[in-house]
Amino acid sequence: MSGPIKILIGLRDWVDARFPLMRIWNEHLAKYYAPKNFNFWYFFGAFALLVLGIQVITGIWLTMNYKPSAEEAFASVEYIMRDTEWGWLIRYMHSTGASAFFIVIYLHMFRALLYGSYKKPRELLWLSGMALYLLLMGEAFFGYLLPWGQMSYWGAQVIISLFGALPIIGDELSLWIRGDFVVSDVTLNRFFSLHVIAFPLLILGLVGFHILALHEVGSNNPDGIEIKNNKDEKGVPLDGIPFHPYYTVKDLMGAAVFLIFFFAVVFFAPEMKVPGTQGLFLESANFIQANPLQTPEHIAPVWYFTPFYAILRAVPSQLGGVIAMGLAVNLFLLLPWLDRSPVRSSRYRGRNYRVALTLFVISFLSLGWLGLQVVTPLYTWLARFFSVVYFSFFLLMPFYTAYDKDKAVPDRVTD
Amino acid sequence: MENTNIDQSRRRFLTTAATVVGGVGAVAASVPFVSNMSPSAKTKAIGAPVEVDISNLEPGGRLIEKWQGKPVWILRRTKEMLKDISSLDSVVSDPKSDESAQPEYAKNQFRALKEEFLVVIGICTHLGCSPSFVLKGEGASISVDWKGGFFCPCHGSRFDLAGRVFKGVPAPRNLVIPPYKFISPTRLLIGDDSEAV
Repeated sequence: MSGPIKILIGLRDWVDARFPLMRIWNEHLAKYYAPKNFNFWYFFGAFALLVLGIQVITGIWLTMNYKPSAEEAFASVEYIMRDTEWGWLIRYMHSTGASAFFIVIYLHMFRALLYGSYKKPRELLWLSGMALYLLLMGEAFFGYLLPWGQMSYWGAQVIISLFGALPIIGDELSLWIRGDFVVSDVTLNRFFSLHVIAFPLLILGLVGFHILALHEVGSNNPDGIEIKNNKDEKGVPLDGIPFHPYYTVKDLMGAAVFLIFFFAVVFFAPEMKVPGTQGLFLESANFIQANPLQTPEHIAPVWYFTPFYAILRAVPSQLGGVIAMGLAVNLFLLLPWLDRSPVRSSRYRGRNYRVALTLFVISFLSLGWLGLQVVTPLYTWLARFFSVVYFSFFLLMPFYTAYDKDKAVPDRVTD
Repeated sequence: MENTNIDQSRRRFLTTAATVVGGVGAVAASVPFVSNMSPSAKTKAIGAPVEVDISNLEPGGRLIEKWQGKPVWILRRTKEMLKDISSLDSVVSDPKSDESAQPEYAKNQFRALKEEFLVVIGICTHLGCSPSFVLKGEGASISVDWKGGFFCPCHGSRFDLAGRVFKGVPAPRNLVIPPYKFISPTRLLIGDDSEAV
């Protein structure tokens, strides 16, 4: 062995005698056995980590030039865009990263619905993932106020008012969140603190929890079979392969493809101005500084909140709308207990669940589209229809999954 | 572990007592942090009354002023507008403003001190957007028989020219009327109604 390698190995052993370096490496990578039949849907966990890294790094650099005050915030974002070296790139990576995060997380969640990854023994894994999703929504909401544009301002005004609709405590609660009688400099300053310190810390901590929980119970797979039930004499799952190097290399390859798409958006369509929208990733009204006296003509939240926004608008009662919206987000938490079928993967589940999941996805996408549109009576009725389908997916689940004609599940993974 | 010489019940008592006292301490320690997020003394101090000159306000016109950071509209209503308001009693959800917020002197048919002038906080009672002022004849997309009023772009709530909310829209109450008084026929004071007539 050559000199430098010897030194590195020596260094590793020196550290290993003082810190469980090799134990962590083996438990979580080299001897963590993942099912060998992972498909396309299994890229998104790794992509979420990648986007998290992008957001943390670009966020640190944006903070170097951003000014969290109502007087200076809007101008400081333009300063970042025009006057700092490569500031436009860092800012567009961060704004595109926010949308990319939600795309990746929604697909990651869909994978869980497709293959029953939330089922026993992965309930806590699912709950921690849902908590991460809620934290991500908060993080995105706080971050969207920071540019102090018209959409930032009125978006924050509407969402804080959601809390104001709660009976008794509502007014006090929204006052406490804002720290002022209206969204103001005080609100901006505290949202900055929550966006750059509090929520990132919580998210990073919970990501650690999520990965530890995953590695404790092991990954599910497209067949929904427990690979730990078939082990060789050394205790290695017969259908498992070590995460490193097999999946580290596969995920790196996936990351390269993902980054091609990511930077295509960063460079060519950072606002994602799809015809018929005001810009899906950066809304045109947000290029106008916040004006507390004037709501923009067409106001819609960023696309990742629109399914829930459509549900809010569909209910013709203030408190009812807020409750429906809160339920729509939080019903996912109950999935492990609503689903009565013993079979995990939709590959082997009966027609009921497959039809229900298809209808659910159609409703979710339709509500997302409706949430971007200006209210008309037709759209309101469509939103009501899809809201009913959305809620039926969850609330009727104990019934249609209990009487489903599931197929026989094989003992070993199939491909 | 050898437990023979340990008084378990005494140990349990001490552990419980320490947990309770520590828990109370932790809750007490959270008070300053939670309270710190409430409006500061400086924030509460801002909100002085605003004086507005309405001598240049044409009939049918509207002024927007800022009071306590919120938009306040002053609308000078024409005779026709007042007539339209009267005709809408059956389609608004709180025609007599029984469920809505306004000073006692504005709890009347036109929700105003002087029926010609509507003074109202321009914040939708649903989720806090500022509705748009849409004149009669410009609201074909809102409803076929639009008689002029306010339309919230956020969630489609509609209000008449007295700030009364229509039935079947998400906003639960009429627009809020702030305290105000006339200090002369052409000067308004918003935010102060002491000794109001």
